[in-house]
Amino acid sequence: MDTEIKKIAVSSDGPTLDDKVDSRFGRAGGFVVVDVATMTGEYIDNGASQVMAQGAGIQAAELVAGAGADVLLSGYVGPKAFQALNAVGIIVGQDCDDFTVREAVERFLAGKVPAADGPNREGHS
Amino acid sequence: MIVTVASGKGGTGKTTVTASLATIWQSKLLTVDLDVEEPNLHLFLHPEIETTSTAEMEIPVLDLSKCSLCGKCAELCQFKAITMMGKFLMTFPDMCHGCGGCLAICPDGALSPGRRELGEIIRGRAGKADFIMGRIRIGEAMTPPLMNIIKDEVAATIRENPMDVLIDAPPGVSCPAVTSVIDSDVIVLVTDSTPFGFHDFVLAWEAFSPFGKPMGVVINRAGLGASEIYRFCADKSLPVLAEIPYDRAIAEAYSKGQVITTVSENLRELFVTLKQQIENLAAGAGQEADHA
Repeated sequence: MDTEIKKIAVSSDGPTLDDKVDSRFGRAGGFVVVDVATMTGEYIDNGASQVMAQGAGIQAAELVAGAGADVLLSGYVGPKAFQALNAVGIIVGQDCDDFTVREAVERFLAGKVPAADGPNREGHS
Repeated sequence: MIVTVASGKGGTGKTTVTASLATIWQSKLLTVDLDVEEPNLHLFLHPEIETTSTAEMEIPVLDLSKCSLCGKCAELCQFKAITMMGKFLMTFPDMCHGCGGCLAICPDGALSPGRRELGEIIRGRAGKADFIMGRIRIGEAMTPPLMNIIKDEVAATIRENPMDVLIDAPPGVSCPAVTSVIDSDVIVLVTDSTPFGFHDFVLAWEAFSPFGKPMGVVINRAGLGASEIYRFCADKSLPVLAEIPYDRAIAEAYSKGQVITTVSENLRELFVTLKQQIENLAAGAGQEADHA
């Protein structure tokens, strides 16, 4: 893990670092964007993606990229979202859904969340 | 007359009803299997296949060397088939609904029309009737584009050579089911008399009644015990057009790919009467429209 990582976005059930990680990426309630230096979080609502008929994962990827995140931690990330995040060099960490946002970030920084090399969820229609 | 046989729940007997009606239909008929994800009408009607063609849809193909990254196409696309990720423009062709908006709005000529294969359209003859079915490409996420191409072919066919159309619809109440019923003159809802059947039947009634088309009900496996269906139909003034008995002989015939009108003269008569009922329903709606 190099020192470039400044911001980590985590799909979240709520707005704080102590809320649970939302297992969903595209249809997550929102994202806590954690500033690694200060361990403070900024919340972005993902409600607009939740109501989309399709393309929620791609829209959420735009949101995460727009927030300047270097890393995205979530439960499951589908193929299109993964491809979009990958294209802009955002590291994806999956299977973080048993933790709080803070725990997920700490685990990632401790090297316990491997950078995914592919999506862990099939696409769907 | 265009008749669509639909249902909320799958496995209620849409294909059984469609195939049976097709075999007793005396006037000129085009039978259509619009359940393109899992077509099965051909298993009962055994059509002689005459043509098989590939159906395609227009999608954008991106030439990044011409793209100025203005983002207009991504902003326009309602389906996230094009997205701006930072300084990258990405296309997801399988998300495209084929509206062509991105091709029209691109100021750089960076998008050109490409094709996405939707599936195949198979035409032939089943006995005296014309037959057409679609089969979606494996991996294709949306069925309405293929269904709409088939519907265009159906419309062109009956414009040239007027005849009745009998459509076997996909189950459910979402876009594919709505695509099937929306242009028909009569909707025949098939349900089985089980609690599951009734539940999804009500959903179908809720989804289709806003179209204001004459709708009637065929109750399959009648006598299995759910009486809510009869109360519901009486309450909503929905005519019960036919009741198919819960009978082992029917299941045995079905399992061998036989049309159930061959099981007994009574069953054949049941579908002859059903056809008459459907015609009455269509005629009644026509009269009401005349009075209005």
